[in-house]
Amino acid sequence: MALSTKHLLGIKDLQTEDIQLILSTATQFKEVLQRPVKKVPTLRDVTIVNLFYENSTRTRISFELAERRLSADVVNFTVSNSSAAKGETLLDTVNNILSMKVDMVVMRHSASGAPHYLSQHIDVPIINAGDGINEHPTQALLDAFSMQEKMGKLAGLKVAIIGDVMHSRVALSNIYLLKKMGAEVMVSGPPTLIPTYLKEAMDIQVEYNIDKALAWCDVANVLRIQLERQNQPLFSSLREYNLAYGITKARLQKLNKEILIMHPGPINRGVEMDSDVADGQQSIILDQVENGVAVRMACLYLLTGRTNP
Amino acid sequence: MILISEQQLPSIIKRLSHQILETHPGLQNTVLIGLQPRGVFLSDRIVAALHQELPADQVIYGKLDITFYRDDIRRELHVATQTDLPFSIEGKTVILIDDVLFTGRTIRAALDALLAFGRPSKVKLCVLVDRKPSRELPIQPDFSGKEMDTLTPFKVKVRWKENNGVDEVILLDQ
Repeated sequence: MALSTKHLLGIKDLQTEDIQLILSTATQFKEVLQRPVKKVPTLRDVTIVNLFYENSTRTRISFELAERRLSADVVNFTVSNSSAAKGETLLDTVNNILSMKVDMVVMRHSASGAPHYLSQHIDVPIINAGDGINEHPTQALLDAFSMQEKMGKLAGLKVAIIGDVMHSRVALSNIYLLKKMGAEVMVSGPPTLIPTYLKEAMDIQVEYNIDKALAWCDVANVLRIQLERQNQPLFSSLREYNLAYGITKARLQKLNKEILIMHPGPINRGVEMDSDVADGQQSIILDQVENGVAVRMACLYLLTGRTNP
Repeated sequence: MILISEQQLPSIIKRLSHQILETHPGLQNTVLIGLQPRGVFLSDRIVAALHQELPADQVIYGKLDITFYRDDIRRELHVATQTDLPFSIEGKTVILIDDVLFTGRTIRAALDALLAFGRPSKVKLCVLVDRKPSRELPIQPDFSGKEMDTLTPFKVKVRWKENNGVDEVILLDQ
């Protein structure tokens, strides 16, 4: 039993069986993380480089913890204090690192497709930790793991992905994954932040009215407004966004059911989500972060099986 | 070729559980741990036999998956199964239970895995089939159902009613 792909570039390339294997392996790693000794010797003698060309707190720490708890050797690269600042190309940087005998690359880049480009030129497995506005596969996997853990299943689940869908790699990876696992997906948010082609391309529902979307769903995965990727104004103000699309306690109280509230972080409190929702009992935001380590351990483990000693 | 038949198996299980009880009266300060995935079929049977002799709360029983402690993961990927040890092993006697003791590498990994849960005072090993001449590490069982004294080119296959429809141990051509 192994994954059908050498790299983890996106959920788009995974088979349903791959997703199931990753999620079931993550369940076992979650148990490992409850033990008095949380470290296993599985990836002893495997060296992993974390290449982060874009800022990250959660994902980088989560990957590094996952790697260390598997006993891998870890090298960290951040663009600000590297030769990339001197003009070295991505491929040159990576080839130089690999010549020092590195077995796997975890990579985040602001350019969509950067890890796919790299995968055509290097031999070791690559895990995409977020590429531009394309995909963030491990986030979608940990979201799915958390939903499955709380709701018992993915098939038939109604999931609303809310907010800045256009600039969100989390949204795209989630849509691919949820569709493959048989969930129903709706996206909701201002029309300026939802690509018009999405509905047909991905066979999902689009609802511009946030209250209708909340009333429909079992799970609301709320996205961060990515101001750093918006080079023109797409809504008039953060305050207006909060009034029209923010997840507030009042909106949730109007529903005659309890839905699960998720957010990939970092949260803009008071913009896409109010604090009393983010910290409320329907929120599983910190469970998502906790599960992230187990899910990433599963991905690293399953991809290492394909590296040569 | 049949090594242990369906008729022989119940008496072997009974003997193993009696030997365990004889050396660990009342299972005091003793816990039983079956190794996932296939050792659990044997440990389930042994635990069922022990329940005939002792009150249920004296039989402390868990399951351990050792996948993440293997030394061959870059050669072959194994699928992990559930670990369920809802008790402390600190200072206890642990009896590990597996179906076939072959090279000894699984038990080596199991000993490592156990240490993540605490420091047992003793670790014992109980197996259904001991393939002694094939050992690659200095590991021996304390309780064994059947010993094989010769080096055979055959594969030992243990079948259980629960997943193969029949209880038997057979020798298969490689």
